[in-house]
Amino acid sequence: MGDFAQAFQIAFNLLWSMDLELYSIVYLSLKVSISAVLISCAIGFVIGAALTVFRFPGRRFLLILFNALMGLPPVVVGLMVYMVLSRAGPLGVLGLLYTPTAMIVAQTVLITPLVAALSAQVLQELHLEYDEFFRSLQLSAREKLMALLWEGRFGLVTVGLAGFGRAISEVGAVMIVGGNINHMTRIMTTAIALETSKGTLALALALGIILIVISLLVNTSVALIRAKAREAIYA
Amino acid sequence: MLEQTNRTVKSTFARRCKPLQFEDVVLEINGITLIHQINCTLEASGKTVVLGPNGAGKSLFLRLMTGLMEPTNGSITGGLEEQEGALTSYQDNGAPCMSLVFQNPIMLRRTAYENIAFVLRHHRVPKLEIAGKVAAALSIARLETRAQVPARRLSGGEQQRLALARTLIINPHALLLDEPTASLDPLSTSIVEDMIEQADGMGTKIVFVTHDIKQAKRMADDILFIHEGRVLAHKSKRDFFKDPGSKQAQAYLDGRVLEK
Ligand SMILES: Nc1ncnc2c1ncn2[C@@H]1O[C@H](COP(=O)(O)OP(=O)(O)OP(=O)(O)O)[C@@H](O)[C@H]1O
Ligand SMILES: [Mg+2]
Repeated sequence: MGDFAQAFQIAFNLLWSMDLELYSIVYLSLKVSISAVLISCAIGFVIGAALTVFRFPGRRFLLILFNALMGLPPVVVGLMVYMVLSRAGPLGVLGLLYTPTAMIVAQTVLITPLVAALSAQVLQELHLEYDEFFRSLQLSAREKLMALLWEGRFGLVTVGLAGFGRAISEVGAVMIVGGNINHMTRIMTTAIALETSKGTLALALALGIILIVISLLVNTSVALIRAKAREAIYA
Repeated sequence: MLEQTNRTVKSTFARRCKPLQFEDVVLEINGITLIHQINCTLEASGKTVVLGPNGAGKSLFLRLMTGLMEPTNGSITGGLEEQEGALTSYQDNGAPCMSLVFQNPIMLRRTAYENIAFVLRHHRVPKLEIAGKVAAALSIARLETRAQVPARRLSGGEQQRLALARTLIINPHALLLDEPTASLDPLSTSIVEDMIEQADGMGTKIVFVTHDIKQAKRMADDILFIHEGRVLAHKSKRDFFKDPGSKQAQAYLDGRVLEK
């Protein structure tokens, strides 16, 4: 029990003293996950909007597929991206394996289906409401797509935050493609896993606290955005 | 004299639309026939009022006119159809356009101001003119003070007026209105009626659905009576109110249940 108390003590010290190692890990985590979320949103929102606006054969299949891929196990994504990026793989020449870029790729693959499927849900509801209005104005497909994305802005931001929540907390994919190399590819989740297994609980605890704070912040933002949208009847 | 001036204005503007002809138009949805063999011709100007009980098919009729729905059978010709290219032009410098104001106003999740600006931008109105035009539209609808309010927060009647102003500002050549005054107070009703009369004065073809018989008497040039998906009468206002032409129309006007 005394050991745990001591671990907490050290953890808080690390947090207060702005420990460089600790915060460089936090920084890399945020950098990787935020990059992945931005890329996933750029791709996923367009996919979601396209699945809403265009009618084409295979559309339903894609909707089901993206929904199914929402729950993709991170380790499997890690494995797939590993195979693609490893020296023998199709993109091996790029030498990306065990770099932060590889981790961004893996997280992007992990959450793009989630972003696409959830944004399609948000946008389809709006599409039902606005379809006739847009058609009566004779909006082009591109104009419809842009207008829908804007009408869905509040919902889409919360979709992005959901993606971020999944990215920042996953460990399997980044562990495989990043390798958890000190000062290079070590991020919060992989560091927690490693430090805990080594028995150095203090750093793990400090990172765990930050991770919890981040997840609280994300969820609070979602709630605040929802409230704001509801207030203007934009939800 | 006033009448005279109106007429001349009308004839200079009412040139773009051709009469709109419905020939044997049938609409089926999921195997149910909702519109049965409509045959009628709507003139290219003037105010046509569409009357008929709930569920008669009036809203469907307007949707068919604008092309939002395709007839299962028959054809709708004339109107704006012979114009090349998009029907989405603005003012008098492009192709004409036909605009529908829906029975339930459809508001974007933006401010009242932005709802109007959206339509103007879509019609490629130069950036510099947008603020002025939006202000004009808001003032026609008497919504100047509500410009920055989220449109979906406006009251039902305010939304209805905004929807109409948003449509009128692009100066459509045919304006279709689905019960534009259904939920309006007397003042709003008269504002909307003025807006309609003004558009009519500029030569805009007006087709509107109403259940307000007095309003039909006040405003219509001709009356189209729809009952269970059929056009039972299409007459000038005077002829229609003198002789509705069917026991269904008579019952509708009297507010009676039709004895079978
Ligand atoms: N998309 C649709 N699918 C199936 N039935 C429909 C559809 N749209 C309308 N209907 C049916 O067609 C009939 C006519 O509908 P419509 O909306 O044209 O009535 P209306 O004359 O406008 O009535 P109201 O005065 O109540 O507005 C109704 O019975 C309605 O249920
Ligand atoms: Mg109707």
